[in-house]
Amino acid sequence: MLYALKIAFRYLLSSKAQSALLVLGVALGVFIFIFMSALIGGLANFILASIAGDLAHVSIVAEVQDPALLLDQNLGQILLAQEKSALRQAFLRDAAVYVPMIAALPGVVAVSPQITGSGFITRGGQVAQVAINGVEPGKESAIVQLDSYIVAGSVRLGTGLTIIGQTLADDLDLTVGDTIRLDSAQGVNALLTVSGIYKIGQGGFDRATAYVSLDTARTLMALPQGVTRIEIKLSDLMAADATALRITSITGLQAKSWTEQGAQVMSALQAQGQTGLLLKSFAMVSIVIGIASSLLLSTYRRKAEIGIMRAMGASRRFVVFVFVSQGALVGLLGGLLGAGLGYIVLQAFPPRDAAHPSVMPIDIHEGAFGLAVLLTVTIATLAAILPARAAARVDPVTAIGQ
Amino acid sequence: MTEALLQVSDLVKTFGSGEAETRVLRGLSLRMDKGELSALLGPSGSGKSTLLTILGTLMQPTSGSHTMLGVDLTTANDRALTDFRNRHIGFVFQFHNLLPDFTALENVIFPTAVHEGRETAAARARGRDLLGRMGLADRVDFPSTNLSGGQKQRVAVARALMNSPELVLADEPTGNLDRASAIQVMELIGQINRDEGTTFLISTHDEKIAATCRRQIVVGEGVVTG
Repeated sequence: MLYALKIAFRYLLSSKAQSALLVLGVALGVFIFIFMSALIGGLANFILASIAGDLAHVSIVAEVQDPALLLDQNLGQILLAQEKSALRQAFLRDAAVYVPMIAALPGVVAVSPQITGSGFITRGGQVAQVAINGVEPGKESAIVQLDSYIVAGSVRLGTGLTIIGQTLADDLDLTVGDTIRLDSAQGVNALLTVSGIYKIGQGGFDRATAYVSLDTARTLMALPQGVTRIEIKLSDLMAADATALRITSITGLQAKSWTEQGAQVMSALQAQGQTGLLLKSFAMVSIVIGIASSLLLSTYRRKAEIGIMRAMGASRRFVVFVFVSQGALVGLLGGLLGAGLGYIVLQAFPPRDAAHPSVMPIDIHEGAFGLAVLLTVTIATLAAILPARAAARVDPVTAIGQ
Repeated sequence: MTEALLQVSDLVKTFGSGEAETRVLRGLSLRMDKGELSALLGPSGSGKSTLLTILGTLMQPTSGSHTMLGVDLTTANDRALTDFRNRHIGFVFQFHNLLPDFTALENVIFPTAVHEGRETAAARARGRDLLGRMGLADRVDFPSTNLSGGQKQRVAVARALMNSPELVLADEPTGNLDRASAIQVMELIGQINRDEGTTFLISTHDEKIAATCRRQIVVGEGVVTG
């Protein structure tokens, strides 16, 4: 079929202006496809990074379990009732066993055992309510990228040290090196030195979270063993659901994916993805219409030539191949041109890591260049089938008579 | 007795249906032997072109039989007819009907290239040889659109001969040429007929052209009358 391919090339070259316009049209469609892919993909990555970047992708939180009833309630009288205490603290007793197991799972980037609770910071006559977050020294930035938010001091935690938010520091007029008193809800207190001040940019976080070392938190929360939660970071946050299921099946602990809390974000991203898909589909449909109509016109214009070819012994299959090859060639040339154009234009946008809200978060890595070219060649070939079949049906007697 | 190349019997061809039905061939029978050089004569509408079209396997008769080289062509499917036409039949049309985007050589080798799926060196060599015999050795790589009417028709004759067919059907091959070019084309046809034994059936209105052929077949009212 090399000969059919040669004829297809010859036909394209014989109408240079028409072919160039057709290829340009296809290239434009491919460019739109690539641009939309880069925009939608880049936007999704940006949103996910912004929202889920500092979240634990999978969390295991200890839950208070009511003591089991030894007797069926219907079989006896209640002699003693104990009300649930708000101060009763749940904890994961065997965290030390599970943490290495979880860390060894594929896709797990970091595991952070934590002891959390609530308390009050007192400095002089000023008091502020805070969430106490005890993390392992050296793993301060395992979940929240605390090191990137530090505006003063150091991110390192240790015995007698705390890191607080900028807003809280401003409210209490604190600077690095100042001493505060931290009282936990369990009634334990400690004098701590402010070793670092962070600014995440979220009011609630910056005003009401104090980081301490795990040991300090253990003392404050009066928790001699275990931790209250385990937070896990993954290399692919979209794998959170599967990883959570896997952790639950291995450890028996209730692991929760971030997507359970971020369902709205996920549905918004899905809607955004569907919109992008629709726009990309329009681009592809325009390519189909462009190629099909152009080749139909070519079939009509070359009716006599097709008749001559048939009279000289060209089979219907050969004629089909000539026109389908034209479609495929237009698709390939337009696809490559559009992909090249897309690559050049997308270079003008900042790279993935440098994206910020003031510019469109277009990610060249999401451009789907290969898919765009492959899809274009495929649909261009399919679009050529109808005109090609029309060409193959040309009656040589009628065509030559014209 | 000379071997029969083709034979048609009781050939009927109608176009349209009902009141619009037109019967062009009305039980035409004809036998042609190998090596014949025949002229097909008859007034317009007598069925000459329809007969050539059927003999060229470009159209099937409504009824009747058509065999060539012992093959029953009335029952063959489109693929078989296309292949048969490519290997055994050549065409020369009144208006040359060359492919405009091709050179003279590319036009000539088309029947071989389409059969083999590529342009071989052997095909190109034969194409050059044929064009040389047509007096067009210096026009081999000319675009077909740059050739004169007579040159185009000689390219068309070379193309018809490319696959060494047993039968060449020519529909008014000189009808669009001046007298000198017409004589030149007919001399070429006569020479090939003598040298290679190719059978020619030439449809013409021109008595002088017909007189250069050894046999005259006259068609009238859809049957052979002489």
